[in-house]
Amino acid sequence: MIEINNISKWYGQFQVLTDCSTMINKGEVVVVCGPSGSGKSTLIKCVNGLEPFQQGDVTVNGISVGAAKTNLPKLRSHVGMVFQHFELFPHMTITDNLVIGQTKVLGRSRDEAMERGLKLLDRVGLKSQAAKFPGQLSGGQQQRVAIARALAMDPICMLFDEPTSALDPEMINEVLDVMVELATEGMTMMVVTHEMGFARKVAHRVIFMDQGRIVEDATKDDFFGTPRSERAQLFLSKILSH
Amino acid sequence: MLNLDFSFLTTEVLSGYVVKGFFFSLELTLIAMLGGIVLGTLLALMRLSARPWLVMPAAAYVNTMRSIPLVMVILWFFLLIPLVTGRPLGAEMSAIITFTLFEAAYYSEIMRAGIQSIPRGQVAAGYAIGMTYGQTMRIVVLPQAFRNMLPVLLTQTIILFQDTSLVYAIGAYDMLKGFEIVGKNFNRPVETYLVAAVLYFIISFSLSTLVKQLQSRIAIVR
Repeated sequence: MIEINNISKWYGQFQVLTDCSTMINKGEVVVVCGPSGSGKSTLIKCVNGLEPFQQGDVTVNGISVGAAKTNLPKLRSHVGMVFQHFELFPHMTITDNLVIGQTKVLGRSRDEAMERGLKLLDRVGLKSQAAKFPGQLSGGQQQRVAIARALAMDPICMLFDEPTSALDPEMINEVLDVMVELATEGMTMMVVTHEMGFARKVAHRVIFMDQGRIVEDATKDDFFGTPRSERAQLFLSKILSH
Repeated sequence: MLNLDFSFLTTEVLSGYVVKGFFFSLELTLIAMLGGIVLGTLLALMRLSARPWLVMPAAAYVNTMRSIPLVMVILWFFLLIPLVTGRPLGAEMSAIITFTLFEAAYYSEIMRAGIQSIPRGQVAAGYAIGMTYGQTMRIVVLPQAFRNMLPVLLTQTIILFQDTSLVYAIGAYDMLKGFEIVGKNFNRPVETYLVAAVLYFIISFSLSTLVKQLQSRIAIVR
């Protein structure tokens, strides 16, 4: 479903991604972890073309993200993305946040979009908040709405860019629960996160990045059992030791 | 000592000379505001784009307009148009076009600040659900930028309203012109200019009070 082939990216002179390659199959859940500044957020943003890259290529469902003739808006409309800071549209109600992409991008009627949006809102347990504005919701609630907004577009895969790292600790689980549910339903997911509990529970594979390179790309059991690289061992010992 | 007499300023005199001018001042303000904000927003988007061939003309336009006194722009436009097109435009029409073009430069700087005040993540979120650049701007960024900047846009409009009095330079019939005629007819220029000043003050001051109230009410909760 997602193929990342030898991509490299520079910010001016500084190389942020070096020759990264991996593949995510349909129905697979892949967790990307690594120390901050390792390029994991940049990598995931290359998948839907939010970040341009200078070398290599990414294809989603066979369509090249980097090719000039690719209709990026159309490609992105099939690829759900959830951000660290939720990025709900603060000037719209929760309902409108769920409806706007469906009507403006997919061309659905407002009624159809409302039905789909409210169903998803119910699924993330927030039906009663439909008329509110994002600013009136807690961080965890906003992130659940953001997941519903992405799902409303009926994506073929979902990208999560540190979805819980801006949340208060007591709100992390409500968001992870929604993600676990999605994963068990067979959604193809690429998740940048430090939540190793989530990785253990639902990930098929774990990718470990350091200094812009993919250092380790292993099945979950291999990764948590015997990571090959020293860097990954050190990282794991640091975040799992307490 | 000043010997002031306002008794000649009856309702008939005011409605005969001043009201017509007041409505032109109002018309000029509203058209230049709406046109200026639309044009200014386009200029702001050009300046914020990544394409030098869009950035440079917009920047040149804004910087030029902001570096020339308004009264000169009014005069030059009024004098140049007949030379270029071969027929005069009329003082009122000329004023409306000049003010729209001139104010666009100021509104564009306000909108530019407004657009820059919106977190980049909002743009990414618009793109991520498949919106085009145009949709992201129209649906996500500009409504928020406009709301954030509304008090500043309105404050600029109050300045614009005061500046409409500069059309005296080309003889357009605005509120001040109305007072000027009354002053001449009754040979009471001091009294009429005093009343004119008070009227400009009352209108501008009440508007800015309204803006202050509005400011606290419209803030977007993040």
